[in-house]
Formats: sequence, C-alpha cells, structure tokens
Amino acid sequence: MTSDFVADGGSPHIGATEDDREARRRSEVDQPTSQVARFHDAPLKLDSGVSLDNWQIAYQTYGTLNADRTNAIVVCHALTGDQHAANRNPVTGRGGWWDSLVGPGKPVDTDHFFVICANVLGGCSGTTGPASLNPETGRAYGLDMPVVTIADMVRAQVRLVEHLGIDTLFAVVGGSMGGMQVLEWGASYGDRVFAAVPIATGTRHSAQNIGFHEVGRQAIMADPEWRGGRYLEHGVRPKKGLSVARMAAHITYVSETALHRKFGRALQDRDVVTYGFDADFQIESYLRHQGSTFVDRFDANAYLYLTRAMDYFDLAAEHGGRVANAFRGSETRWCVVSFTSDWLFPTSESRTIVHALNAAAAQVSFVEIETDKGHDAFLLEEPKFHRAVRGFLTGAAIARGIEPPASPPR
Amino acid sequence: MSTMTATTDSSTIAPTRVDYDVIRELVAPGSRILDVGCGDGALMALLEGSHGVRASGIELNQAGVNEAVSLGLSVIQGDADTDLAAYPDRAFDYVILSQTLQATRDPRAVLENLLRIGTCCIVSFPNFGFWRVRLKLLFQGEMPTTRLLPDPWWATSNIHFCTIRDFINLCADMGVEVDRAIAVNTWGQRIPINAPWWFWNLFGEQAVFLLRR
Repeated sequence: MTSDFVADGGSPHIGATEDDREARRRSEVDQPTSQVARFHDAPLKLDSGVSLDNWQIAYQTYGTLNADRTNAIVVCHALTGDQHAANRNPVTGRGGWWDSLVGPGKPVDTDHFFVICANVLGGCSGTTGPASLNPETGRAYGLDMPVVTIADMVRAQVRLVEHLGIDTLFAVVGGSMGGMQVLEWGASYGDRVFAAVPIATGTRHSAQNIGFHEVGRQAIMADPEWRGGRYLEHGVRPKKGLSVARMAAHITYVSETALHRKFGRALQDRDVVTYGFDADFQIESYLRHQGSTFVDRFDANAYLYLTRAMDYFDLAAEHGGRVANAFRGSETRWCVVSFTSDWLFPTSESRTIVHALNAAAAQVSFVEIETDKGHDAFLLEEPKFHRAVRGFLTGAAIARGIEPPASPPR
Repeated sequence: MSTMTATTDSSTIAPTRVDYDVIRELVAPGSRILDVGCGDGALMALLEGSHGVRASGIELNQAGVNEAVSLGLSVIQGDADTDLAAYPDRAFDYVILSQTLQATRDPRAVLENLLRIGTCCIVSFPNFGFWRVRLKLLFQGEMPTTRLLPDPWWATSNIHFCTIRDFINLCADMGVEVDRAIAVNTWGQRIPINAPWWFWNLFGEQAVFLLRR
C-alpha cells in the first residue's frame, strides 16, 4: 500500500478463506466484537417519520474519561468507515482507518482525550442497519430499514454519549461524511460541543456528488444477485455491483495528478495492449482490486443507505435556506480543513462553511492544506494537516481547562 | 478633534511593530477582537495573553494561517477586500487593521466594513508623509523605501499609501469619529500630545487611530 492512496489491500488474515472472512463480517453486524449499546423500547425517531424502537450502536473508545467528564471527543467516520478508528479491524485484520490521527501522542491524543468512535446508523459493523436482524420479522432488514439521514446518525450518537454519562463533548472530529456529522452536531447540539473539526466536507452534497453515488447504487441494484435487496436470505451477494460502485467512487477520492503519477498509462504485466477487454492498464487492475477487496468488508445495502444519507444532507435547507442560520449563536470553536486537490469536496465548499460561521460571528479557524492526494488526504500522512489539528485541539483544550497534550515535535 | 496620547513607555516589541504596543493600550480586557490581516497571529497571541481577549483573525497568506492555527489561534484564510461582507454588524468589540490598510484594493470600503462589524475600529498604518519619505522623493526622485516600507514599487503589496493628514481627511469625509490618535517616530517614541498635525505628519513614522461611528 502506497502512502499516496487509501487502498483496501489483500487481507492480512493469511490462509483465511473467503467464507471465513464473510462469516466474520456477518457476525460483526449483530454481535460486534467492539462495545455496543443496545436500546430496547427506547425509540429513535428518524427524519423519515419512522421510529426504531429497538436499535443498537457499536462503538470503540480510546483513552480515559477524566473526572470532570470534559475531555471526550467523538470521531465520526466516513462512508465506508467503521468504529475501528484506531484499533485492528476485526474483519480485515488491518490497522484502524485513522491510526495516523488518533492514538497516544497523535494529534487526537488519546493520552489526554477520551475518544469515542461509533459505527453510523445504517452501517454494517454493529450499529443497526439494513444487514441487521429486524426484531419484528426475524430476518435482515434489507430495504425494510427506514432511510436514515446524517441528522439521524447524529441523534444516535447523542443517545450513545448520554448513555456514557457525558453532558458536553470537548470536540467532534470527522472527514467527508464524518464532516457532515460534525456540522450537524455543531448546528443541532452546539451547546454540547466545545470544539468542532469538519474536514474535507460540505454543507450539502453537490449534483456531481449525487451523480457519482447514483452510478454506484445503480451498479449494485443492476447486479442480479442483489435480489431486490434480499440477497442475504438467498445466500448470495451482489459482489460485482458493489465492486463497480467502489471502483467509480475510488476515482473521486484521489486526484488526477496522483493517479497519473502512480499509474500513468503503464500496462499491467504486459508489454503491449491485448486488443481485448482484459485489465491492460495498471489503473484498471488497481481499481478492480479495490473493488474486489471492498466487497469482503462491506454490505451492499448499507452502501445504498449511507450514500443516500449523504445525498440528502443539506444544512441550509434544514435552516430556512441559509447555512448561517444553522450556526446562529454558536459558542463552539470551529476548525474547518480542506485540501487543495480534493475535487469531491473542494475548498470552495469549506469556504461556504467558513463564511456561514463568520456570518454567525462564531469563533472559527480555517486551513487549506496543499497536497496532491485528493479527498483521501484526510486519511493519510499529511504533516501540515496533523499540525493544524493538534494545534487547534491544544488551544481549545487550554480554553476548556483540560490539561493540554504535549507540544508537537518540531 | 482628538485626544492624543503622550505616554512614553519602553517597548519590548520589535521596533517596526511598536504599533502593537499602542494597540494593546487601546483594547479593553476580555473583549472580542477581529484582527484583519493578522499575519502569523502575533498580535492576537499578545492580546490573548495580556488581555484575555477572544481573538479571531483573517489572513490572506495561507502559510501564515496554517502557522497561526497550529499555535491554537482562531484564524481563517481570507481577503479583507472580499470576505468582510459576511460578518454581521457589531460582531466584535474591536476590529483591528494593523499595517494592512495600504495593501487593500478599496481602503474606504474596507474601513466601512470594519466600522460596521466592530463597535470600535483600530487602524495602524505607515505614514507616507514621514520626513524620510518626503526627502527621498524630493531629492532622489525615487519612490521611497523605508524600514516599514522595504519593498521597491514594483514588488510591494502596498498599493494605497496615505499620509496621516490624508487619513484624517478620509475619516472626516466618511463621518467617522476619531476617538484617539497616536503617532510614533523613528525611535518608537510617541509624538507629544500638544504637537500640531503638521508636526505629526512630518515626524510620525506610523500612526494608530481608534475610530468609531
């Protein structure tokens, strides 16, 4: 795996068969190996008007909650992430998806902060989602799962945080879809959030982004093995469709510059083109690999639900047409981060957030990090990004009266 | 027209930024300030430390912004000419424009925005009426470069120079009340309070104005 890309590599579970991996992935859906909070007869009211009476949310924690309960940070994951931000993933056997940012001595320093990362509502690694067992029918929800929104995901997190006995979070941090959740936290629960770090995100999904998601969804639903969303009961999976969805999405996560640098027009294990439709080019081979490994760790219906949640997100629409209204009276300290080569959530989207925060006279920092690593830069080693997050959280921790993390290495 | 400050205290700040020292005297403790053109946030850090202010900053240069944020300061990348419009009226107690006015494209519009956003507005600028500047133009016939204005005409970001007298005229034209004014000479000393404006305009190397409307 190169440092230029976030790639789903082959499973390090050497010798594990595909069936083993699939069994492991399936068992994580209802009986996650992480911590899980189960809510029985405790309805979670969703934006769609439907309530989930019995639901669960799976989460990991890192670090220790201090006596004042003031040092808790909620980390929100992106579309295909999970609660395993900084620990070995039980399905893939790989490290946490945000090991670069979260951990002892890291910018989100678990020596000083108590970090909570939960699988989102609608996900597939332990929180209630379409692959979960529907208690009313005794089978997987499939498309009987109500459509969830970013606000619903945050509602579930709020319940978890309350369940953990925490009144006010020190910070909420997340990138991409995770950044949308951060914005929602700040807009709807601002009095419970001291600091917020939305990264590589936007106040709404653009038409272009919805378009890419629709390509992915149609690929999944066009796969005959999708079976109208009931594939689990038939013992099959729409692997080809989900794989194509991932391939298309993966292109949007990287920049053209980085793709060209890594692959160019180089051919895969051959000297000349084959005049056929084999993976002649390295980029084709790479994307096919990305697609095929992704299906080992993700549920196709969850992909439909989570992409839909992102598409529906529109902070302005929720607040009378003006984003600034969402942040009116915000006492939260904000740090907005964007990356120069991100074309999924370009800097202009972050600037919209910043202007809205300015209009609400909120306290805001904004950094644009120069990089050619595209949208996925937030998951990669980006020293300037990490310095900014560390500095912002350190300053906020001082303002909050939390013992600050150690000074950054110079 | 104005009450001038004649105190003389020794400064611990770099001689070119004696305006920081003056600004610190003008800001009330615990207030909300916006530093427009805040650079690496040095003044914000000073004021947060000594006055317990809640400081926000805008800086055009991204590297300066990243540095300031890494130090825990609330700074955004932005342009005084275009990004002030988003702020609501009276969002801050003080809006500070320190050595930045001369680099804006539309100084008058920027000033209007500052006076709208802040209850008070503090402006410091290098005085183009300073005697060294005048002599350079008079005797050498060249665009002056000084300690505060070190770049040649073709490289400077300072596109709208003014003298103390020009600035006072603009304030009068805009109906702005000059609450206090302080001019500082080459050696970082304040020009005496009882000196006439022409003396200020000749010997003040830089000036700091506290404005309100």
